[in-house]
Formats: sequence, structure tokens, C-alpha cells
Amino acid sequence: MPVTDVQQNLDNLTLTITAEFAAPVARIWQVYADPRQLEKVWGPPSYPATVVDHDFTPGGRVNYFMTGPEGDKHAGYWQITAIDEPSSFSFDDGFADLDFNPTQALPVSRNVYAFTENNGGTRATYVGTYASAEALQQVLAMGVVEGATSAINQIDDLVSGR
Amino acid sequence: MSEATEDQADALFHALADRTRRDILRRVLAGEHSVTKLAAKYDMSFAAVQKHVAVLEKAGLVIKRRSGREQLARGDVEAVRSVASMLTGLEQIWRGRITRVDELIASELDQED
Repeated sequence: MPVTDVQQNLDNLTLTITAEFAAPVARIWQVYADPRQLEKVWGPPSYPATVVDHDFTPGGRVNYFMTGPEGDKHAGYWQITAIDEPSSFSFDDGFADLDFNPTQALPVSRNVYAFTENNGGTRATYVGTYASAEALQQVLAMGVVEGATSAINQIDDLVSGR
Repeated sequence: MSEATEDQADALFHALADRTRRDILRRVLAGEHSVTKLAAKYDMSFAAVQKHVAVLEKAGLVIKRRSGREQLARGDVEAVRSVASMLTGLEQIWRGRITRVDELIASELDQED
């Protein structure tokens, strides 16, 4: 597993995950700078992501939706706040309707992704700070619903002998 | 599990085992909706949608309140989780993404060989 460290800060609702990848920093940067690569890593296999807009510049927007097993679509956005290629980028993220209008006035979390050279590979640090316990609950509840959906579909497949 | 917990689990799975109810739940988790507005999203009667919302409410997933003539529904996730377990849940989602970055890079290295 490439994850080397996980820090949870319960006071300011921050999750920090450190991972090491066997590829140079410029290569890892490309995963986020290229919409076709980003969509390969963002959604789980049962909820693949489609990146529709990808303005990877300060002030730019990345708009995406995820498609569930029944064709149901769930949209989200990144509002890019800083880009320092290839070392780091920052964005606020939130939920959106299918026209990519944010469904809430405030973003759900602020995120900083940073990459440093490490023995020929890359050490990546992902930091997400959630606006409130409610925001965190919302993101997670979405994930739980997605997880429950795929679990239920697996059961469906099993009992129907597919 | 106690019988009450079993009953709660049954209600939860029953509530989630329906496509329309999962869709309603996602909408009301993202923000409070009036049942009337929800009903307009589906090709079914208001009464049918109202019934789906009632099943979600019984399972403890949705909270309903009245505002004038409107019934408003929102997802209730507070009851279920502490902040710590939420961060752990989130960690699982992030770990999934990191694993996929790793696989993406590894698949290229294989092709180069």
C-alpha cells in the first residue's frame, strides 16, 4: 500500500494522508492535470467519474459527475484556488446539480494536494479541511449510500445468478 | 444484535433496497427539499413519493418537518456517526483514490517493459 501516514485532527476537522508513489513528481502531477487520468482515479469502480470541465488554473473550475450502477448521476465541482506546478494545488470542493451549479452556498471542504521528490519517487500529501461536522457527515453519508448501493447490487447479482 | 437493532437494520436495508428511495436520500442529504419538489422529479404520483419518504423516515435516514402547507425532508446523518468515525470513513474513500493512482502508474510501467 502506498499510504504511509494518516492524521485525523478532530478539532479542526482535518484529514491528512501521506502516500508514496514509484513515479516522478511530474508524472503524479499529470494525474490531476489531465482530465482523462483524473477521472480514472477519482470515482470508485462502481461510481466512475466523468470530468466535464477542467480549467486547471487559479480561479478555474473542474466539474465532474459520477455515474452509479443504475445510471444515476451525481455532480460535484472543484473551485481551484492555487496552482504551483508541479509542487501543489489547492481547491474548494462541493456538490452541484447536473448543470454544475453548486447546491449549497458554501463549499464542503478546502483541499491542498502537495508533491515532493522522494528517492526518485514522489511523496504526496493530501489535506482536506471540512467546513463543519455537518459537511463531513454529508460527504460520508454520500459515500455510505454509494457503498450500500454497490453491496446491494452485488447481492442482486448473486441471487439472480448473473 | 438486540431485537431493536435488528429491526433498525431491517428498516435501513429495506429503505436502501429501492432505487427511487436511494435517489431521494441522495437529494435530501445534499439539502432540505419539499416533498412536492421531490415528487416533481419522478414519474410517479405525489402519494407514491410521499410513501417513499415515509419509509426513509421510519428507517431514521430522513427527518421531516412542516412549514406552512409544505412538508420538508432532509437527510439525517447526525444520529449515526461521530466525527472520528466519519474521518475514518473518509479515509477509506481517499485510500481508494490513492490505490487507483498507484495502479494507473504501475499499468504504464508494465507497458514500457
